[in-house]
Amino acid sequence: MTEAHEQARSAAREPSVDPATDPSAGEVFDADIHAKAREVIARYPQSRSALLPLLHLVQSVQGYVSREGITFCARHLDLSEAEVSGVVTFYTMYKRRPCGQHLVSVCTNTLCAALGGDAVYRRLCEHLGEEGRPLGHEETAGTPGEQGSITIEHAECLAACDLAPVLQVNYEYFDNQSPDSAVELVDALRNGDKPAPTRGAPLTDFRSAELQLAGFFPDDSEQSRSDVDAPTAAEETVRGARLAQDRGWTAPAMPDDVALPEVEQK
Amino acid sequence: MSDPITPVLTKRWLSPNSWRLSTYEQLEGYTAVRKALRGTPEQLVSLIKEAGLRGRGGAGFPAGVKWGFMPKDEEKPHYLVINADEGEPGTCKDIPLMMADPHSLIEGCIISAYAMRAHRCFIYVRGEVLHCMRRLSAAVSEAYEAGYLGSDILGSGFDLDITVHAGAGAYICGEETALLDSLEGRRGEPRLKPPFPAASGLYAQPTTVNNVETIATVPFIVNGGVDWFRAMGTEKSPGPKIYSISGHVEHPGQYEAPLGTTLRELLDLAGGMKDGIPLKFWTPGGSSTPLFTAEHLDVPLDFEGAAEAGSMLGTTALMIFNETVSVPWAVMKWTQFYRHESCGKCTPCREGTYWLAQILERMVDGRGTEEDIETLLDVCDNVLGRSFCALGDGAVSPITSGIQYFRSEFLELCRQNATSSAASSGGDAQSALVGAQS
Ligand SMILES: Cc1cc2nc3c(=O)[nH]c(=O)nc-3n(C[C@H](O)[C@H](O)[C@H](O)COP(=O)(O)O)c2cc1C
Ligand code: SF4
Ligand code: FES
Repeated sequence: MTEAHEQARSAAREPSVDPATDPSAGEVFDADIHAKAREVIARYPQSRSALLPLLHLVQSVQGYVSREGITFCARHLDLSEAEVSGVVTFYTMYKRRPCGQHLVSVCTNTLCAALGGDAVYRRLCEHLGEEGRPLGHEETAGTPGEQGSITIEHAECLAACDLAPVLQVNYEYFDNQSPDSAVELVDALRNGDKPAPTRGAPLTDFRSAELQLAGFFPDDSEQSRSDVDAPTAAEETVRGARLAQDRGWTAPAMPDDVALPEVEQK
Repeated sequence: MSDPITPVLTKRWLSPNSWRLSTYEQLEGYTAVRKALRGTPEQLVSLIKEAGLRGRGGAGFPAGVKWGFMPKDEEKPHYLVINADEGEPGTCKDIPLMMADPHSLIEGCIISAYAMRAHRCFIYVRGEVLHCMRRLSAAVSEAYEAGYLGSDILGSGFDLDITVHAGAGAYICGEETALLDSLEGRRGEPRLKPPFPAASGLYAQPTTVNNVETIATVPFIVNGGVDWFRAMGTEKSPGPKIYSISGHVEHPGQYEAPLGTTLRELLDLAGGMKDGIPLKFWTPGGSSTPLFTAEHLDVPLDFEGAAEAGSMLGTTALMIFNETVSVPWAVMKWTQFYRHESCGKCTPCREGTYWLAQILERMVDGRGTEEDIETLLDVCDNVLGRSFCALGDGAVSPITSGIQYFRSEFLELCRQNATSSAASSGGDAQSALVGAQS
């Protein structure tokens, strides 16, 4: 373990500093979150680099980036609130309004759209909306914070085009969707069920996902291990490798013990 | 002549629990790093130069040459930053790579950092891929515990720390200088070059940014050597490459083949066009690379071949569209993407993508005119080469190439609009023309 890592560990144990006791930011975020913030900051040579993960951390508490969240980050990083706000508005993953228990992101970039992604998105908006008024981008069915509430958004290419059309729930993949399968999925979520992603760990909720994006995975090592081992074996991913195996195709064999090239010592 | 598919990076993906350290070690994992750490940084830079490894993030810059730009002394801290922001539409290779075989990237990071005298490495992963973050973070922890990371790695005296960092949803952060700003906790806006990152990158210190696939290839070159690597691919574009095939084919997926493979060959591997519906257009390397058509089935897909045929190899993201898909519609969709992702720093791109999207939306909505086609090309002219970063150039690629190969389709759409709007106010055209089963 090197110094940087040592620092990260010990920083988390330090007694709380200023931001924790600051009245304007102290109520929403408890001591544990302040400790986590310090741990995030200690990962980087310069504190400001911690801003993106800190904003994920803030969302793990409130489900969006609130005024208090901005103050929290500003105090921890010694930035102005305007500087933090400027960053928040730049990135689509930072939500300006409270997000539902689950965030459903449907890829509507061209490739997915051509294979039905637009239709999936449209159906979900209609299905989750009130009669005659479909939900719009980043709108929520149900009350944020309550079980079964769902925020919907259209997303850009999610790097899973070979599995199109795709959507994500709390940033876990549901591949090869259709309007019907997507409706079934959100109905289950509305009922408090958590269907298994095609690729990814069992669903929790948006806030827990944000905590993981801030770099905090479950403390329980068994839980952590099983999350990591959760499936990813999409046939599409391994198609080339499988075909090669079936046909006996390989890369050229590597020679034994090739030396590194000689270079003149300067 | 190599086999049609040459699994190197993708070789371990079929193994159960391929992402675990134990699996990796059973399958030659962490052997290259031992060999590399016995050599010198100069030897490794020279190896990668001689192998001719070119960047897999889109631009194809020779990796060894880039590494050679890093200062030879250690007066300042050096940084290695891995670009795992994978956001170019169509591109879907780095995320599966990191999920299936994260240790190959980590081993590549150790070797590359050693070659560049860097002791800190950041892996910047796009935020929307939680499972990838999870796998990668777990692999980094495993590597620390096993002594592959941290101080005095394998008794070599070399120290390296890796930090996995999640982005927050912005395509532009894949551009390397925007990525560095983002990693510094700022809005992800591109920086003026020069200075190049090797002189002044992260925290204004010497920095190299490389793509995931580039760095994951490094351990194999260390073990196999220059001749082995060059036995695949072409003279100027050597090695294997992960081709990501998506869209209207029978078996979309990841196919790792020697550089220079053609779409005809790849389609054959992917089971041909879905339901036999003929090919209409495709991208060789993501939406920022000009479209190809059925005329280009035999273009060798390496950096030179794609460029000679008027496009670019990009990320070898082959999005395949059949005859049912409207070109103006597809072009409109991509343009909306660029409008959304333009960072707004420079006027040609910010304003250009806005106007381009608006004109295309109007056309697809049934209210376009023939003059609109010329206006589109005019605006493209004002964006191409005049934008601050390559996003602007990429944004016009689908439009100019779409009009180049399918002008008649744009024209017909506008003429059809002219007649129908004489009768009504138009607006119905969209349902007739879509890309899709809607
Ligand atoms: C708008 C834009 C987006 C980009 N996105 C990515 C990306 O997601 N991943 C990547 O590796 N390179 C991306 N690039 C290319 C990087 O700027 C850079 O060339 C690359 O990371 C260098 O690594 P390489 O030499 O190993 O290819 C992007 C470039 C532009 C202009
Ligand atoms: S070209 Fe577009 S993305 Fe690049 S700097 Fe200009 S506005 Fe930003
Ligand atoms: S276009 Fe939907 S994942 Fe790429």
